[in-house]
Amino acid sequence: MSATETFRIEVNGRPAEARRGETLLDVCRHAGVDVPTLCHLPDLAPSGACRICVVDVRGRGLVPSCSCPVEPGMSVETNSQSATRARKTIVELLLANHPDDCLYCVRHGECELQDLAQRYGVRERRYVTAKNDHHVDISSPSLVRDPAKCILCGKCVRVCEEVMGVAAIDFIRRGSRTLVAPAFNRGLNVSTCINCGQCVMVCPTGALHEKSHLKEVQDALDDPAVTVVVQHAPAVSVSLAEEFGLEPGADVEALMVTALRRLGFARVFDTSFAADLTIMEEASELVSRLKGGGRLPMFTSCSPGWVKFVEQFYPDLMPNLSTCKSPQQMMGAVVKRVWAGREGLDPRRVFSVAIMPCIAKKFEAQRPGMGDAEDVPDVDAVLTTRELARLIRLHGLDLARMTPGAPDLPLGERSTAGKLFGGTGGVMEAALRTAHWLVTGREMYHLTIGAVRGLEGVKEARVKLDDVELGVAVVSGLGRARRLLEEVRAGRDDLHFIEVMTCPGGCVGGGGQPLRADTGAVLSRLEGLYRIDRSEPVRLSHRNRHVQELYDEVLGEPLGARSHELLHTHYHARDGAV
Amino acid sequence: MSPRVVDILERFPGAHRDSLIPILQAVQEQEGFLSQDSVLAIGRHLDLPASKVYGVATFYNQFRFTPVGRFHVQVCRGTACHVKGSANVLDAIERELGVKAGGTTRDGLFSLEVVACIGACGLAPVIAVGGDFHAGVAPRDVPGIFAAYRERAKEGGSDAA
Ligand code: SF4
Ligand code: SF4
Ligand code: SF4
Ligand code: FES
Repeated sequence: MSATETFRIEVNGRPAEARRGETLLDVCRHAGVDVPTLCHLPDLAPSGACRICVVDVRGRGLVPSCSCPVEPGMSVETNSQSATRARKTIVELLLANHPDDCLYCVRHGECELQDLAQRYGVRERRYVTAKNDHHVDISSPSLVRDPAKCILCGKCVRVCEEVMGVAAIDFIRRGSRTLVAPAFNRGLNVSTCINCGQCVMVCPTGALHEKSHLKEVQDALDDPAVTVVVQHAPAVSVSLAEEFGLEPGADVEALMVTALRRLGFARVFDTSFAADLTIMEEASELVSRLKGGGRLPMFTSCSPGWVKFVEQFYPDLMPNLSTCKSPQQMMGAVVKRVWAGREGLDPRRVFSVAIMPCIAKKFEAQRPGMGDAEDVPDVDAVLTTRELARLIRLHGLDLARMTPGAPDLPLGERSTAGKLFGGTGGVMEAALRTAHWLVTGREMYHLTIGAVRGLEGVKEARVKLDDVELGVAVVSGLGRARRLLEEVRAGRDDLHFIEVMTCPGGCVGGGGQPLRADTGAVLSRLEGLYRIDRSEPVRLSHRNRHVQELYDEVLGEPLGARSHELLHTHYHARDGAV
Repeated sequence: MSPRVVDILERFPGAHRDSLIPILQAVQEQEGFLSQDSVLAIGRHLDLPASKVYGVATFYNQFRFTPVGRFHVQVCRGTACHVKGSANVLDAIERELGVKAGGTTRDGLFSLEVVACIGACGLAPVIAVGGDFHAGVAPRDVPGIFAAYRERAKEGGSDAA
């Protein structure tokens, strides 16, 4: 892309910089001119499905800006009468069979279709046909699919296939009967869907959304016989700010802790504590595999979408997955099976809530083996960052005006290494810090491992632990993971440890995060995590004193018998998924 | 997996996605319909997700996903039949059988298909049941027509076309 030719065109009567290869949409946006889109996805080839992005090109008339390459000499009007009228008509046609019961819709107030109807002044139902009345698919533990609300923009289909490498859903049938659905028009629960929620993040309407656990949580909070405890994932405190109009990436942990107490949670714990615990186990597991005790390269196992992906597409590589549960589930097990007893509480009367940037965590919480011998679940409900924001608003709390609070001990203590789990590369960095200590008995000289930081989808590095040199890779977005797995299957053997996070950017870009954020916001969240790592003294998971205390008093050794019982799990192939 | 489908797939070694339609046609010709197992097997053979195979197959009217019933019902929706009210006839049949076009009744007796033009425009609106033509069908005739076939099936006749 070097020496790209640049030139100027005219947008709305003013000069605008253009580069050959850009689309008119790119040029308009760079020039600060807003052109609406519905089917456009940055970084993917344009599909031209919705036409809402039409602009008026002098001498040519209306063209869809998202797929029209810019050419020298062009003069573009984005808001000519004919362009705005065309957009309004498109919205009216989309609304013709759309059940526009906005007041009862999850996306009310956050819906791109609703915004466009407002922006273009749709005030009457101009085209009247039968409203869509497809079945709502509630079969998935993580998401709800309401095809009646679907405007067939196709973004979910493309993200699922091209970014996530899953292709669980596609267009079926044609004409007015077209639908986006899993194979055989069956429920998502029997499909290959890995519950990542990236389709939810791109859906402009209420056709895809998370399965809410708010009701269960509110019921528990209202029940005086139940002790409700909450954990919040590393990425949440650097993402919640956006829901309340604060700076993207700002760390609002202290405000959030107080808000959670005001909502009625009896204890506020930190999933990053369990991330430190995960690192103790996972770094020990890595060292043990390096000494000949198991398959290499070892894969991280904290991202439940990725785990299901391996189980259904690469069952032959399941032995490469670390047996460690995710931090959410480690925390769940410790809360119900250790902490509750010490507090003199009956685990059945403890309701354990996890706030996650993720909707696959809802699926993970109900996996077999994620409870005690009597199947009391370790985690009872999972709320996304978005659902937490909804709960806070429901209670009329103003996040910005909370008095800062501190988490509860012992399970609210964390190192910054645990906090780094919230972004791509974070598990790797935290694990290498502790593996170095386990192997050499010394701390790493440079704790920051720049090569695994940042939003790039694939990062590789060679890291020395004394005389052992490790090959490590960090991948986010499962489409890219697929390519790396193919290399491993084909015999690539220079890698020892691979971190995979399901969502692009890791949890900061998770499917439960604030909607309509751009890459800039996701990057700010990631930088928020780095800022925390820079500014606090305890940067190593093995220096979390409450984690060490847990080993001294309960667990014994990492990978010991008690650890295995509480903190590790196993996997099973899923050949039935369609 | 039906060994016949395996045979068909073996006739397309190392095939790519451009062979999808010919394979779908060959399987349907052999089996009479595309079962879930067939769709999954075709997907594995072509290294295509099942959602894609199913999506492509449902795009075309020629493919069906349930086995053909003992009496295959074809409802003509050609222009002449349309003008004479075949939409209402189709409606009535769908209600009578409790299946939509493309479906097969639970008892396996009737499968319903909409066809573009049977080529009997003089008889519009026309339907064919198990190969018999019924001309000038009105919605109110529908229950009687199907009752007769149910009767025939009960008598244990093996006379279905
Ligand atoms: S999807 Fe949007 S336009 Fe449709 S009902 Fe919901 S809020 Fe309204
Ligand atoms: S949740 Fe993920 S895997 Fe499932 S349909 Fe959506 S994008 Fe595909
Ligand atoms: S479900 Fe949403 S993202 Fe998918 S096609 Fe429909 S409107 Fe678009
Ligand atoms: S955004 Fe350009 S056609 Fe949909």
